[in-house]
Amino acid sequence: MTIKVLYFASLREEIGRASDQFEFSDDQLASLKVCQLWKHATGQSTLSEQLLVAINQEYKDQHSLVSDGDEVAFFPPVTGG
Amino acid sequence: MSKDVAYSLPGNIREIIIVEESFDPLQIQADYQAKSMGNKTDYGATANFVGTMRDFNEGDDVLSMTLEHYPAMTAKQLNEIVDQAYEKWPIQNTLIVHRVGEIFPAESIVLVTVWSAHRNAAFDGCRFIMEALKHQAPFWKKEALTAGNTRWVAENTKGE
Repeated sequence: MTIKVLYFASLREEIGRASDQFEFSDDQLASLKVCQLWKHATGQSTLSEQLLVAINQEYKDQHSLVSDGDEVAFFPPVTGG
Repeated sequence: MSKDVAYSLPGNIREIIIVEESFDPLQIQADYQAKSMGNKTDYGATANFVGTMRDFNEGDDVLSMTLEHYPAMTAKQLNEIVDQAYEKWPIQNTLIVHRVGEIFPAESIVLVTVWSAHRNAAFDGCRFIMEALKHQAPFWKKEALTAGNTRWVAENTKGE
């Protein structure tokens, strides 16, 4: 059960890497929320409300559930255009 | 030049282009119009928005910027935004071009072009796509200031 995690822009620089890949057991993934994945990935207990979350390229929030094979991205507010 | 038209709905014609080098917005719009609409005579309105890099921001002189993005999500979000525009207005064609990589003042960052039979759909659709792009499409700007330091742009202003 694999989850890919991506970090972008200033967050990528703060964390010091662009991505992680984690293996979870079926039991762990049965109710894994974005905020728990964040803690697992970064060691930080809370996910700042300033940060945005996407699962499989769609906007989600810290309470969303993560599933096997998901690509979860964390990033600061977008500033394109 | 990379192109991605995944997730588009059939019939909702669009082209979304992410470019890594400087582009001429009016030339790219003219080329696309000739290629995609050369045999059409039913459009009466073309609305263009071009975003250009300024040499100042937040009171500081800016030397250059580096634009980063999340390619798969950029394509998905921009295609969804275009689909939403088609649901709201009778649009005939759309073109979005967005720059990534290192960019300098007076270079184009973004082009949004919307074609329709009448001006309301073209103006409103163009503005809708541009505003949605600014707040949903995963691009990030890092500025290199004349003073020598760099900084990430914190967030886009609402509708300015």
